[in-house]
Amino acid sequence: MATSTTKALAGEEPPGMPRRSGDEGTARRRGALLHRLDVKGAPFAFIAPFFIVFAAFSFYPLVYTSWISLHDVELATLDVMEWVAFDNYVELWGDSRFWNALRNTVTIGVISTVPQLLMALGLAHLLNYRMRASLFFRVASLVPYATSVAAAALVFTMIFERDFGMINWALGAVGIDPVDWEADKWPAQVAISTIVIWRWTGYNALLYLAAMQAIPADRYEAASLDGASRWKQFTHVTVPGIRSTIVFTIVLSTIGATQLFGEPLIFGQGPNGITGGADNQYQTLGLLLYEEGWKNYQMGRSATVAWAMFLLLVLAFVAQRVIKRLRSRTS
Amino acid sequence: MTIHSLPVRTDAPDRTPARKPAGRRLLRQRAGRQHHAGPLAYVLLVIMAVLSIFPLYWTMVAASTDNTRVSQTPPPFLPGPNLFSNLARAWDEAAMGKAMINSLIVAGVIALSTVMFATLAGFAFAKLRFKGRNALLMLVIGTMLVPPQLGVVPLFMMMSELGWSQQLPAVIFPTLVSAVGVFFMRQYLSEALPDELVEAGRVDGAHSLRIFWSIVLPVARPAMAVLFMITFVHAWNDFFWPFVVLDMTNPTVPVALTQLSAGYVRDQSLIMAGALLGTLPLLAMFVVFGRQIVSGIMAGAVKG
Repeated sequence: MATSTTKALAGEEPPGMPRRSGDEGTARRRGALLHRLDVKGAPFAFIAPFFIVFAAFSFYPLVYTSWISLHDVELATLDVMEWVAFDNYVELWGDSRFWNALRNTVTIGVISTVPQLLMALGLAHLLNYRMRASLFFRVASLVPYATSVAAAALVFTMIFERDFGMINWALGAVGIDPVDWEADKWPAQVAISTIVIWRWTGYNALLYLAAMQAIPADRYEAASLDGASRWKQFTHVTVPGIRSTIVFTIVLSTIGATQLFGEPLIFGQGPNGITGGADNQYQTLGLLLYEEGWKNYQMGRSATVAWAMFLLLVLAFVAQRVIKRLRSRTS
Repeated sequence: MTIHSLPVRTDAPDRTPARKPAGRRLLRQRAGRQHHAGPLAYVLLVIMAVLSIFPLYWTMVAASTDNTRVSQTPPPFLPGPNLFSNLARAWDEAAMGKAMINSLIVAGVIALSTVMFATLAGFAFAKLRFKGRNALLMLVIGTMLVPPQLGVVPLFMMMSELGWSQQLPAVIFPTLVSAVGVFFMRQYLSEALPDELVEAGRVDGAHSLRIFWSIVLPVARPAMAVLFMITFVHAWNDFFWPFVVLDMTNPTVPVALTQLSAGYVRDQSLIMAGALLGTLPLLAMFVVFGRQIVSGIMAGAVKG
């Protein structure tokens, strides 16, 4: 392994070297210098590609977004930027569509995240049993993850169709009146959340399962010696044992929820999708961002919505920390 | 954190400097608690599996009938005779053919470069010593918390300035690396790659790239394969940015699917055929490599 380099670096002396304390010493010193350069420099060279791409295509745009949000920029003339200071923010603050989109983002976020993570927890618990066909069940629960937002949203749009959709047909079979899943606000939000829940429950369950398997078995033994029931074991050993994974999934789902875009867009089928329904009944911040920029051609306002989304994320994390503080104080 | 100058680490008794390090074993999960599943657990699991698979099964059913049959109640539950003709129509009429090829290019390039750069950076973070290593690693993890959607307006401007609007490079370049990938490879290599192997390479006088090439890569291979597949899935399914920057003349699969559904004449079985076509490559991958993908996702999880 690596014999040629070994020689080049440490053994052979390059021609034309000045002789002072003998060939070997110089070569060794030179080799040592190269070696030190390599040891010091190589790590930075190895991590550089990540940081360069991130800086160019993520960090710079993120910062520049704030600059654009202080301007009027039209989609057709992207190089003409007119300084308007905080006008975009003032307008957004007074825009009822913004507050509507904010509310929808939060409610759809809650409807989709809470059941999703609870179900994932239950599913992970089931998958953690010793059983037959465990690989099949794991792969099956991951199948929705392999389905793109677009494909999943298209199928669910049909399943939730008002006139011939499967859900309304099934409801009719048990004597419930059909629901207009698209036009009514809460049914639409539930339907959209269903798509999110379907796609991500199995993935989160596998993350929980991995964490559950890392819990030492003796904790369960100790608990059962203390006479703890299965349920007690679940709440007192399993859940605390995977706490950091739970936090991790909450963080990821919260980020996903603030960015929600594809599901409502496709659920609205075409032009209705961008506005989030005829009455904006399921327009999220992601859709509003797109509508302002690419339908109304107002890139400055679009950037302002992006900053509002970022703020929402920050607020969500602050709230999470505060809740955690309060809970640890009360318990 | 770990001390690299020590040739032997005493806290890792199962770590042998053998030629076949812990690779595969790490990706395969140890079983934790070992209660046997009761009948109720099986029933619930079967229900879960049906719920997971049914929407895709029904996509296939709808794609195999025709538009009138799909729009009747009760909805069809068994496949009809038109699957292949509908798939062929989706491929030709709905630009799915072009979209599939585009997605293959986009996802392939992104997955390759992500794996390469993530392995390089993951190796550096796991096994090399340098100033600010922990701070930089935290920075990498921190970038996961920044959703790419927030920078979409400047990114769009950048792409139109570069002349990449509606071009595949606009989709490829911003996703050439991934923080998740770097973290995943770092976690894997810090466990799977014995320090002694790296040290031995150093003693032989091999430079870092050489060590990476002949020592790290062979050890990292199983994790690289998993990362490739997971990245491929994500890139294939990525929606927001491709939807913004590409158009119907040059779409990826999700973009083409959106257009398919937004048409004025809605042919439901054609839409479902498109959705099925766009999902098939990934499903095939899951059928063949399901075990590896499952173990990869579990290995990347935060534990404890």
